[in-house]
Amino acid sequence: MALTETAAPVASVAGRSLRQVVWSRIRHDKVAMTCLVILILLYLIAIFAPLICNLIGVDPYTFDGATISDSGGAPIGDWGGISRAHPLGVEWGTGRDILAQLLYGLRISLLIATSATIITVFLGTVIGIVSGYAGGRTDAVIGRSMDLILAFPFLLIILALSGVLTQRLSSLGVPEGNPSRILYMILVLSIFGWPYLARIVRGQVLSMREREYVEAAIAMGARTPRILFREILPNLWAPILVYATLTLPTYIATEAALSFLGIGVLPPDTSFGAMLANSVSYFSVVPSYLFIPGVVLVVLVVTFNLVGDAVRDALDPRSGRV
Amino acid sequence: MSAYVVRRVLSMLLLLLLLSLVVFILFSILPTDPARLTCGKACTPEIIEANRHRLGLDLPVMQQYWEFLKGLFVGRTYAANSPDPINCSAPCLGYSFRRREEVLILIKDGLPTTIWLALGAFVFWMVAGISLGVYAAIRRGTWRDKTVMSVSLVGYSLPSFFIGLLAIFFIIIKWNLLPYPSWVPPQENPIGFLQTMILPWIILAILYAAFYMRLTRNQMLEVLGEDYIRTARAKGLPERTVIGKHALRAGLTPIVTAAGLDLAGLLGGAIIIESLFSLPGIGSLAISSVNDSDLPVIVGITLVTATFIIVANLIVDLLYAAIDPRVRLG
Repeated sequence: MALTETAAPVASVAGRSLRQVVWSRIRHDKVAMTCLVILILLYLIAIFAPLICNLIGVDPYTFDGATISDSGGAPIGDWGGISRAHPLGVEWGTGRDILAQLLYGLRISLLIATSATIITVFLGTVIGIVSGYAGGRTDAVIGRSMDLILAFPFLLIILALSGVLTQRLSSLGVPEGNPSRILYMILVLSIFGWPYLARIVRGQVLSMREREYVEAAIAMGARTPRILFREILPNLWAPILVYATLTLPTYIATEAALSFLGIGVLPPDTSFGAMLANSVSYFSVVPSYLFIPGVVLVVLVVTFNLVGDAVRDALDPRSGRV
Repeated sequence: MSAYVVRRVLSMLLLLLLLSLVVFILFSILPTDPARLTCGKACTPEIIEANRHRLGLDLPVMQQYWEFLKGLFVGRTYAANSPDPINCSAPCLGYSFRRREEVLILIKDGLPTTIWLALGAFVFWMVAGISLGVYAAIRRGTWRDKTVMSVSLVGYSLPSFFIGLLAIFFIIIKWNLLPYPSWVPPQENPIGFLQTMILPWIILAILYAAFYMRLTRNQMLEVLGEDYIRTARAKGLPERTVIGKHALRAGLTPIVTAAGLDLAGLLGGAIIIESLFSLPGIGSLAISSVNDSDLPVIVGITLVTATFIIVANLIVDLLYAAIDPRVRLG
């Protein structure tokens, strides 16, 4: 490594942008690249879940009475009735395919976590920039609102308000049932999530607004929005990217926890948390109900966290000095 | 310093007031009707209506909020003109008509369990997190460091309810290593208490320990690069003293800050762990109140929990200011 670097022409090294430096660091990180590939695959699987289920010949909604016993509805066969037709077994009582449910669950988990991350990043960035740049009273008001949001026991509030607010969403024109419930989860995760990022962004902006290039922009007569979003924002993408990649996995886990507590999607749809919550009644008899969604959930979160760590290391100028 | 303390305490009180107002407005959209819970099976709409009026539940939200605030300081009496008025002495956090009990008493009943759970987990995660974090920092770059960091990564990727279910499945059901959890206070049955609490403690601690390992490691790495560490080593101090006295102590401040806030957050109840292991703490109270739409209890728990966090924030900030004079001017 050291040899090739000294041998390379100086000009090409000096000419690399931060983006190129970061990308080359990540590309040389085998763990990160493996995880990145896995993530892309998972997203593809989630997007094309219906297609894949068709190919394998499973469906999450079809009841299959032949695979469960007539009395009690227990799956016939070991490990929840694993068979050629149902590679991961079938659900207790309905005979619905577990693999198909898992794929559709992945779809919902990723949909919620990804959308919530995007909204969180948007809110946190915009509010953080405005707060840090405006200072004074605006900053104080935003700061106090953030203190307020961070002081709330958010799990309790989300649980207590879920019933009413999902109804409100439906009355606002969002289709009733699961679309409203999914939208509710996305919104509450974002609303309770943005202050953390806004604090980071605000701190960065505080130091940036005194820099020469901002002064120059002001001297040239640039208007405030231009200074905020064309001059300052491009310098913030490192902390924002790190925050986003590390937030997504926590949202996946939080969504699972919320579904586990019963405010997630309703049957026939499902998500990891809902599958785990269902497993509680049966796992002493059919442990695979617990292991299959649990292991997939953990793998998903670990993979995301590994990528997030790699991004952070790649963006940290000190990480090269081990 | 005293001016700073006064300013911070005042702004904390303001924040608490604001918080209670927001909670009140937020929950006023809930379609629950405490008046419906005031009479038993022989209820008629007229009785409910009369009760609602007697209890002041037909007042506008802001007026109800005002009554609530007054109750906090001077106590309040529900249904004062009726044959059996309900007295709720100051500080009155409200009254649960479903449970026929003052909210404050319900919370007080749950608090010991939650405090035991939080403190036990706290000890586990601080010991594990700090010692492994220091260990990884000293062995930086070796396979030992990498192992600790991988453990930490997996630790904070594991959702607590999944580890909880696994623990119940293997340790309790499959291998019978522990009896089914059933809460007893430690003074009544210390062994039963430990048998019930050991799993919740460890499971709750895993998540936090994973985070503190990283935090401690990063802090230590930062401090170990300082000149005074080199000086300490050059003086010929034993490595134990260098690490323990010079490095760890200097790097401890952010860890203590985070620990204070995390502990305060946990005192508001660990909803998932408490309901998994059927511990009758604040978390269980919270979830059952949500299921029963027991609004006064939900409001009470929200306020108490938020107060814990805000007060912990204040204490941490004041400690900071006492240590570092620059903070007071900020």
